[in-house]
Amino acid sequence: MKRDIILSGVGGQGILSIANVIGLAAIEAGLHIKQAEVHGMSQRGGDVQSNLRISDREIASDLIPKGQCDMILSVEPMESLRYLPMLAPEGWLITNNKPFVNIPDYPEMEDVMKEIESIPNNIAIDADRLAKEMGSARSANMIVLGAASPYLGIEIKVLENAIKKLFKSKGENVINLNLKAFGMGKHIAEKKADETVSS
Amino acid sequence: MLLGDEAIAQGAIDAGISGAYAYPGTPSTEIMEYIMNSNDAKDKHIRTGWSANEKTAMEAALGMSYAGKRVLVSMKHVGLNVAADAFINSAITGANGGLVILAADDPSMHSSQNEQDSRFYGRFAMIPILEPSSQQEAYDMMIYAFDISEKFEIPVLIRIATRLAHSRAGVEQHTSREQNEIRLPSEPKQFILLPANARRRYKLLLRNQAMFEEASEKSSFNVYFDGSDKSLGIITCGIAYNYLLENFPDRDIPNPILKIDQYPIPRNLVEKIYYSCDELLILEDGYPLVEELLKGFLATGKKIKGRLDGTLPRDGELTPNIVGKALGKEFEETRPIPEIVKGRPPQLCKGCPHIYTYEALNDSLLEYTRGRVFSDIGCYTLGALEPFEAINTCVDMGASITMAKGAADAGFTPAVSVIGDSTFTHSGMTGLLDAVNDNSSITVFILDNATTAMTGGQKSSAYGKIEDICMALGVGKDHIHVIDPLPKHHDVNMEIFKKEIAYEGVSVIIPRRECIQTVARRLKMAKKIKEVHATK
Repeated sequence: MKRDIILSGVGGQGILSIANVIGLAAIEAGLHIKQAEVHGMSQRGGDVQSNLRISDREIASDLIPKGQCDMILSVEPMESLRYLPMLAPEGWLITNNKPFVNIPDYPEMEDVMKEIESIPNNIAIDADRLAKEMGSARSANMIVLGAASPYLGIEIKVLENAIKKLFKSKGENVINLNLKAFGMGKHIAEKKADETVSS
Repeated sequence: MLLGDEAIAQGAIDAGISGAYAYPGTPSTEIMEYIMNSNDAKDKHIRTGWSANEKTAMEAALGMSYAGKRVLVSMKHVGLNVAADAFINSAITGANGGLVILAADDPSMHSSQNEQDSRFYGRFAMIPILEPSSQQEAYDMMIYAFDISEKFEIPVLIRIATRLAHSRAGVEQHTSREQNEIRLPSEPKQFILLPANARRRYKLLLRNQAMFEEASEKSSFNVYFDGSDKSLGIITCGIAYNYLLENFPDRDIPNPILKIDQYPIPRNLVEKIYYSCDELLILEDGYPLVEELLKGFLATGKKIKGRLDGTLPRDGELTPNIVGKALGKEFEETRPIPEIVKGRPPQLCKGCPHIYTYEALNDSLLEYTRGRVFSDIGCYTLGALEPFEAINTCVDMGASITMAKGAADAGFTPAVSVIGDSTFTHSGMTGLLDAVNDNSSITVFILDNATTAMTGGQKSSAYGKIEDICMALGVGKDHIHVIDPLPKHHDVNMEIFKKEIAYEGVSVIIPRRECIQTVARRLKMAKKIKEVHATK
């Protein structure tokens, strides 16, 4: 079993919280893990990514080879497309579809969505709106993670435990909101999978 | 799960250091941050904290080594340029307590102005170099580095690259060693580099080269893996080894491999692979150091492939695919980046005080021809980008003041410097003294956000001292102004800007407002503390 994941977004959007959950879960599942992060200049509102590799065998490179990435997990739609050369033909593209516009030439959302939908295995969700509706705007990233959860090769229970661990210091309420967000994302992914099968 | 930087830091703690010195710089910053935040280090009373620059850090570390204690000094690759005088001479004095210098290189220049390879500095100084290929090796090497530093009485350089520094993996920790007692060098004149002593010490350094090389030959970090396909031998340095393995999922590499993680280059091992194979491929991140040496100027020997003959790109970091191509592997075309995807360069944060300063500076220079703003290394370098396009140079720490001085001396006045508070005390003060002594016609903007912002908000050595320093260096009191960089003070600010830019002599303007990131962090902490108290 191996999952090579590229996490992407814009500096300051907190992609590392997703990485931390998957990392904690991978350790609990007894898997090997390597995680290359971006620190420094790009963190100031620029495009950022993290190479997260989990496997039941020892992992050599900190960087994912081109075309072998199993999943792009993005908290920003245009950023999810930046790493397409890395994605394997059957790989998943899972992204929050709420644009983060801090450049003057940000493309039309319609065109961005067209590109995302051209990837056979894609899930784009309005995580920001859903998070706000459930009263926890800061849990959007956990919705995106939930949407990825059926395809991570890690048991759902183990992922949920990792969320509990990560937010332990923030109290019961924050844990529950994040678990709920995670469950919501997971539900959307499963529903989409059912529709694909039936259509 | 530790970052490479953190594995280095924990390794140093467990090796029994009594102190750590550093100036922040990507990708090395997390080493000192980890030690500063480590309860382990606090319990052991390990000295931590940021130095004014890499040279002062290196010298303090040398002093701690002189006193017999183990010490780590860490910096980014260009920081070693700043520390170079002390670094090179420390090879002549030798070490007493274990002295390890960590240089973090940045191939592909993710956050740097060049991609210089610190291994050349190690060779220049003629000291042992270690280059870990994994986080675990980084940890293990720290223990080993301090041991050989004391055994050979020599500083040891550890070289890492961004991809190791900023990547996490599981690291197994060993038991920790006690710190050294204070113990002066056995040779009392060892650290007095008068020519007579220095010549003697230098001869000793030259004699010891054979010993360092023997250590490399025997090192468990340098490994020879035999292979049946002798048409090609592969030499890897540091993390390049991982990229080689990545191309063989079952690790069934048919060729002989020499993995070099310790220098000087182990001659016998290199000869072994050279004479048993038809050709060699050299994989190293950074400059082609090993490749160039093996190839030789006349390139009369066997074919050596690598960065110099185009088998690998001459610049930039290695990746699994680049190494795969060098091995002759074919890769299928993957999806292209859609054309609609636009570049998203880093930018100044919303609410950053530099934004106003640049807008106002641009306004106040409208009446002059362009190209007058000499800047420096920090967040404010982003003033080069749209929408500001407010600066014309960025070269090295402190160069804003001295380059403006040079341009002014050439008759190009007014000349303006833009430098951050931390960069000013790092390397700007001496340049300002030059300008005062020459009465050069420059206006120096010291953007004081009370922190070293670019690297994540470390304590600035300049905090609360800038006006006093400028006055002490001889800048006239009437030409030092502290302003509040907010649009509501625009009229007052513009008057000061224009007057001082027109002034023929040295003036200093200090736009002072705390970094928006550290403010946010401070408020968050305060809220947390309040909540904790409320629940009690």
